[in-house]
Amino acid sequence: MTEKLRIHTPLDESVLERLEAGLRVSITGKIYTARDAAHKRLRESMMKGEDLPFDVRGQVIYYTGPTPEKPGAIIGSAGPTTSSRMDPYTPTLLERGLKGTIGKGPRSREVIDAMVRNRAVYFAATGGVGVLLAKSIKESKVVAYPDLGPEAVRVLDVVDFPCIVAIDIYGSNLYEIGVKKYRVQ
Amino acid sequence: MRIVDVSEIIPVVARLCVEANIYLDRDVVERIEEFAGVEESPLAREILEEILENARLAALEKMPMCQDTGVTVVFVELGQDVLIVGGDFKDAINEGVRIGYREGFLRRSMVEDPIFDRRNTGDNTLAVIHTEIVPGSDVRITVAPKGAGSENMSEVKMLRPADGLDGMMEFVVDRVSRSGGMPCPPVIVGVGVGGDFEQCAYLSKRALLRPLNEVNPDPRWRSVEEELLKRINRLGIGPMGLGGRTTALGVQILAMPCHIASLPVAVNLQCHAQRHKTAVI
Repeated sequence: MTEKLRIHTPLDESVLERLEAGLRVSITGKIYTARDAAHKRLRESMMKGEDLPFDVRGQVIYYTGPTPEKPGAIIGSAGPTTSSRMDPYTPTLLERGLKGTIGKGPRSREVIDAMVRNRAVYFAATGGVGVLLAKSIKESKVVAYPDLGPEAVRVLDVVDFPCIVAIDIYGSNLYEIGVKKYRVQ
Repeated sequence: MRIVDVSEIIPVVARLCVEANIYLDRDVVERIEEFAGVEESPLAREILEEILENARLAALEKMPMCQDTGVTVVFVELGQDVLIVGGDFKDAINEGVRIGYREGFLRRSMVEDPIFDRRNTGDNTLAVIHTEIVPGSDVRITVAPKGAGSENMSEVKMLRPADGLDGMMEFVVDRVSRSGGMPCPPVIVGVGVGGDFEQCAYLSKRALLRPLNEVNPDPRWRSVEEELLKRINRLGIGPMGLGGRTTALGVQILAMPCHIASLPVAVNLQCHAQRHKTAVI
């Protein structure tokens, strides 16, 4: 196994500056879920000047829409969804103090610039391993937009949730570095 | 003439929906193990191990391997000597989907209309149903749930006949290259060549039904598949797009005749959660 750093949410500056692209981390603490429809509503709230359903400062948003939990289970399968669909909404949330996002796949130039400006990181979780990732989720509660079903905003209590720092606060991007390293000309 | 009542079809479709989402096929597991053994990137190897561990856990706990339990694609080969009675055939398949997704605790991911209110239908219907009439008296049903991450990276291109094999191969490699980490690599690359605009898209998806351990029966296409796989795995994209040699697990081509002035090519990308289960009624 490569080196793995244990970190806790909310993320503070001393941790953020150690998170370099390519580093394996395990996250413990509260993280919030939100995907397409929830992001649309968060933006609508911000445009109307309303309070957001949770304070994003220092927090981490996980892009996921889990399967329904079986009776007695905490959550269903809960892997990451494609982050780029959230790109149009992300810079505004970063300006508001959001410090981390978890998803899969690369981010836009605008998001990376906003991450550097606001000192935030992007974590990649492995797509398609929703059962494995759900093992790290110890509690799950819907905190906003219950009518959105799988797209409702939940707060999750996670212990040792495994991910990889894909883009760091310095703008270093594993989607470019990693691919360049293994590309055969 | 063989009579099949729709009540026989509903539970079969329901069961296939659940099983396809839980159990990763042996051929996919074996191919991932094989590639993990030769992968050079330590991080990529760990991601492949996570995928294998997830498959084990999903089967053990009877949970869907991925939270995106897909648009339910159903391929039906309907024997021409079969008479379907007792109700509407498509309604029966959708009822099977409804029951399977509810009882299997699968995510409902379909919206009513694509543009206006995008309201969730609540039961994952309607399924996308492809029915082919074939000789015989069997009803062969394959349920292949398809996640949006990889489906969104798919494309049809109408090439010129002069573009030929080189143009076709360039398009396939370029499509995978432009997709990067988005479709959850390692991917399986379904390619449709020929037919017309919509037929080649259908072929590209149907091509994905072939198990990874079965070779293309046409030796010319077999060598094209091997060459494409080599080129794709030189791109460096790797598992989840974070760098590595394992970008694709296989390339699978289906071809058919086309117009003298056309060369339609379709690429349907499939994530590593390659799901399909078949039953014969």
